[in-house]
Amino acid sequence: MALSNRHLLGLDGVPAEDISKILDTAESLKTILSRPIPKVPTLRGITVVNLFFENSTRTRISFELAEKRLSADTVNFTSSGSSVKKGETLKDTVRNIEAMKIDMVVIRHASAGTPYFLTKCINSVIINAGDGRHEHPTQALLDMMTLREKWGTLKGKKVAIIGDIRHSRVAGSNMRGLVTMGAEVLVCGPRTLIPPGIEEMGVHVTYNLDEALAWADALNVLRIQLERQEKGLFPSIREYHAEYGITRERLKRFDKEIVIMHPGPINRGVEIDSDVADSDASIILEQVTNGVAVRMAVLVLLSGIDAAHES
Amino acid sequence: MNFAKTDNLLLAGGEIIDIKSGKHEKVDIVIQNGKIDKIGAIEKKGFNGQIIDASGCIITPGLMDMHVHLREPGREDKETIDSGCAAATAGGFTAVACMPNTTPVCDTQEVVRFIKKKAEKLLVDVFPVAAITKGRQGKEITEMAELIREGAVAFSDDGSPVADTAVMRNAMDYVKMFDVPIIDHCEDPFLAQGGHMNEGVMSTKLGMQGIPNAAESLQIERDIQLSRLTGARVHIAHLSVREGVELIRRAKDEGLPITAEVAPHHLMFSDQDLVNYDTHLKMNPPLRTPEDIAALEKGIKEGVIDVFASDHAPHTIEEKDVEFDAAPFGILGLETMLAIILKQIVNRNIISLHQALEKLTIAPRRILNLPLPEVKEGYEANLTLINLNEMWTYDVSNSRSKSRNAPYNGMTFQGKAVGVFNRGLFESNFSQ
Repeated sequence: MALSNRHLLGLDGVPAEDISKILDTAESLKTILSRPIPKVPTLRGITVVNLFFENSTRTRISFELAEKRLSADTVNFTSSGSSVKKGETLKDTVRNIEAMKIDMVVIRHASAGTPYFLTKCINSVIINAGDGRHEHPTQALLDMMTLREKWGTLKGKKVAIIGDIRHSRVAGSNMRGLVTMGAEVLVCGPRTLIPPGIEEMGVHVTYNLDEALAWADALNVLRIQLERQEKGLFPSIREYHAEYGITRERLKRFDKEIVIMHPGPINRGVEIDSDVADSDASIILEQVTNGVAVRMAVLVLLSGIDAAHES
Repeated sequence: MNFAKTDNLLLAGGEIIDIKSGKHEKVDIVIQNGKIDKIGAIEKKGFNGQIIDASGCIITPGLMDMHVHLREPGREDKETIDSGCAAATAGGFTAVACMPNTTPVCDTQEVVRFIKKKAEKLLVDVFPVAAITKGRQGKEITEMAELIREGAVAFSDDGSPVADTAVMRNAMDYVKMFDVPIIDHCEDPFLAQGGHMNEGVMSTKLGMQGIPNAAESLQIERDIQLSRLTGARVHIAHLSVREGVELIRRAKDEGLPITAEVAPHHLMFSDQDLVNYDTHLKMNPPLRTPEDIAALEKGIKEGVIDVFASDHAPHTIEEKDVEFDAAPFGILGLETMLAIILKQIVNRNIISLHQALEKLTIAPRRILNLPLPEVKEGYEANLTLINLNEMWTYDVSNSRSKSRNAPYNGMTFQGKAVGVFNRGLFESNFSQ
């Protein structure tokens, strides 16, 4: 039942069997969400701490709901200031929390590698909810789950990730997971937002959106943060939208349905127009629903509890 | 530290290694009052004094590390002049040059005097490097003439670059009057900003902001040009990039007064070793790629790189036991440098033993205009004894440094300094 690693630090090196197992489990757990009483006792007695050192609404609520649907006890810790500023080290913070007898830690942190660092500090199961620009594995798992629901398989499918690849942990995990599952991945964005040597992660690169659209079966459109423009990584929101914005007009040039995804939150009118985000081809809200199911699956599979007789 | 006095001492059965020719000569050495009194075959029987068995050891002029951070004054929790020098002797060094990024910064005569005073009774010669600019702020040059008079042997804002080209030009013009070198921390602060490791495939995979090679090579190129403009001597500190090797090679071919050092960690590790986000592999310049290591080795082989220097940079356990981004740059190096150079450079035949020893003994002193120790009658006994065959394992918990930030813990090396002699003192058979 268990996965090959007792933590979920990222999708780097996670075998296809594990990913399939998570997605299968998520699909079966998803049925719970539409029951009149969407709650099962699977993780009763298990304590999960959500440690969010960076602002998050969607991911934190999604994890918390997943934990509650499974009857886990949950505690939230939110701090946007760095541990150094607070006068306590991260190691001390987590060791103190663990001393209160907990089982699992969900962590989001601005520094890449922090989930790995936690495995050296405490014994609890660690789940990465986003570390810097490194990985965000549950996001990639929910993206893959949503695509698999749509297509039945990921093998041989073509997924283009559009936008700020350089600063995106969503891209970091999606590239790894999709390649492992036999999909093809292409990243597309302005050259300033594509990190060096990314081809070595087994993905294609283009700076031309039309090339990406002509190639892709699905788009994963990333959020553009305003501060990137302020740092001079692209000249203006206007030019970004003109070159890389996903618009209905642009999509019309291609005689096929391209599935539209977005990890949220959306900057409507910047990286994607409303009429695309809300179109029939969009599976953005399914992604959000599946996010809860995928996180439930990860929690169950890493909890050490045999859930075979549950749900 | 308790050092014994080198008086009436017979160093028996060692092999003097001639730095120039590499010739070994098995001899005995009598040391009287800290001076080499006699070299030759000395009868042990009847010698009226202490006899040290040096058989199986080579004897070289004392090693020098021209790039260390002793942290005193200001951060005595990381290192003191005393503890840093104790680590130096364990590593076989009889001289160090210490960088000025202390608190207060070594930018006044008082701080130079303080360091000299603190080191006065130690076996190790401590040569302060003073800051190029006041407070290492990169704006106004320090009182260089006065600092030199007090004992500063070079100028550096190490840890930070001098970003303003005009300030660096003035510093070079001014320092040229004294024929003292600038020790150059080369980093374009705009390109390097926010970086925690080398920029490349590994930083992409690990999701970290990288520092591109160009951040270093741009400033190497800039300062080579400023050296051409001013005639000042420039010593490139902790060279880590292949482009830099080529720039320095060309500058030397042109006859410019450029020298360079490389740190052992840049020869031992690459950015590929960062997969576990080990903060003991976080330093500035960052660990580069295997291609850069190959270029550094070539630079060593072809004489582009003059010196091995450790960039010994102690940090407390607490400072390093944090998330990668939050950890300070730098690692320990004094106790392991010799062994790493033997392992990575000499045993792999990049250069010969005596060529490597030249870069660890005479070359740094020549750059800093210091007297050159020799193993000759009448000279000060400034010596290092090295057992090239001794197998030993580095246990950082036994380090003489006050800090523990070394990635070498548990590694086994072949070759170790087993004795140092200097300033009328000696210490031998180190436990670490």
